[in-house]
Amino acid sequence: MKRLSAFNVVSLTLGFAFLYIPMLILILFSFNEGKLVTVWAGFSTKWYGELMQNDAMLQAAWVTIKVAVFSSTIATVLGTMAAYVLVRGGRFMGRTLFSGMIYAPLVMPEVITGLSLLLLFIGIGLDRGVLTIVLAHTTFSMCYVSVVVSSRLATFDHSLEEAALDLGCSPAEAFRLVTLPIIAPAVVSGWLLAFTLSLDDLVIASFNTGPAATTLPIKIFSAVRLGVSPEINALSTIMIGIVTVGVISASLISKQALVKQRREEQEAVRSA
Amino acid sequence: MRRLLLIAIPYVWLAALFLVPFAIVLKISLSDAAIAMPPYMPQFDWTEGIGAFLGELDFENFTFLIEDSLYWKSYLSSLQIATTSMLLTLLVGYPIAYGMARAPEEWRPTLMMLVILPFWTSFLIRVYAWKGILANEGFLNQFLMWTGIVSDPLQILNTTTAVYIGIVYTYLPFMILPIYAALDRMDDSLIEAAEDLGCSRMSAFWLVTVPLSKSGIIAGCFLVFIPAMGEFVIPSLLGGSDTLMIGKVLWEEFFSNRDWPVASAVAVILLMILVVPIVLFQRNQQKEQEADQ
Repeated sequence: MKRLSAFNVVSLTLGFAFLYIPMLILILFSFNEGKLVTVWAGFSTKWYGELMQNDAMLQAAWVTIKVAVFSSTIATVLGTMAAYVLVRGGRFMGRTLFSGMIYAPLVMPEVITGLSLLLLFIGIGLDRGVLTIVLAHTTFSMCYVSVVVSSRLATFDHSLEEAALDLGCSPAEAFRLVTLPIIAPAVVSGWLLAFTLSLDDLVIASFNTGPAATTLPIKIFSAVRLGVSPEINALSTIMIGIVTVGVISASLISKQALVKQRREEQEAVRSA
Repeated sequence: MRRLLLIAIPYVWLAALFLVPFAIVLKISLSDAAIAMPPYMPQFDWTEGIGAFLGELDFENFTFLIEDSLYWKSYLSSLQIATTSMLLTLLVGYPIAYGMARAPEEWRPTLMMLVILPFWTSFLIRVYAWKGILANEGFLNQFLMWTGIVSDPLQILNTTTAVYIGIVYTYLPFMILPIYAALDRMDDSLIEAAEDLGCSRMSAFWLVTVPLSKSGIIAGCFLVFIPAMGEFVIPSLLGGSDTLMIGKVLWEEFFSNRDWPVASAVAVILLMILVVPIVLFQRNQQKEQEADQ
């Protein structure tokens, strides 16, 4: 039996306070009447109003969402393929290099990835803009997708796929009818992860952007460099709100899916 | 055939957009700067053959990096900042992960989500949040002066201390999650056995729990150390002018000085420093994955 000691309670409380208090302060001051983000001057939502009038910000937000949708979708397809190859692909030439190329981008400093991709795009004469950011984001986020999906692939029973093959499925059918439904929650969370990584990225986008494609993080960074402003707090609050709703609903959905799957598995065992 | 295609598509993508670019960085780091677009002189015409290539290699960017003390000072200071903040993150993260692993079963998914949530929230926003807190007239100083601990505001923003706080704060989930995963897998009866055999709770922790969470500690440390080495956003928003970090130097070399060959040489050396930890990290992950199967 595990006991939660006083030390455990204290470290959890302090730890979560450390994680959440800065964000709560940030949110609080987005509703500040005054222009300072340190002195409270009364409740107001005027900074949200100003944000809605800021066309450059809205334009940047639109570019960012476009980039995120395209890059996360391509990254999910490529990352799932890569995960399948890593876990089920068996031995092939250059497998170590392949797994190295999956894990290295996870920790590679962004300045290096950003610079090297830019030099590639210039080398092949591709104009910098939305397309180059999409390609860059796809490349690093497919690795995250592949790690998420491969951990799910590694833990489910391989014999389910073999049974489908024995019963006359083609490998493609076995994947679509058996493997994909089982790994679907991991694929969805991989997509969500790729999407938020793309929304978030400043460094790689800064290297690979052109004059026509300013993303939201680039816009925020240039504003924040000059100092703090309640308008940025308002924007941050909206982004935190979207992510919170997204993460909570995704975890509820995957929990439901898990419960349903367990029930179905039990029924299948019982009827066999 | 289908299997070949399945392997080839992600393989070729990563090779073309991850591996080839490094080769280009290496090549450009050996070129001369030029006032042009792109601002470098190609050092090598691919048609001339490998002999001409080796003959014309130009290491002057690297000698420049060695001669100018700014660069090696920045590498050393990045190493020091990354190492210290990695240890600080471990110190802060381990008790949290440990507390999570000992929490009642039904709390754990919620605690897990509470750790993951900040990780999904924009990195930039989380760093920005500290700007308002650490400023001279900011929240922390107001609090410290209210409690009477200090009488004058502390200068924290724009110092290296602020960089440490920023790194620990933003990278904390990367440390907690792998350690928690390792602790969660652990069989509790091992602790009971150790205690039955006469270990005190403290020595059972050091002799059983810590060694069994080693793979999580290693993964967490790499996940903090490697990206922190090249960190740009945190030193440029929270650090001061005396906070030297190589990611910031590379950025300025590229965007302000527009010296692409030197920026590439900076990247090549940074990569050479990081190759060992990256390979060790990948080995650790592969071992973990094989243990799962």
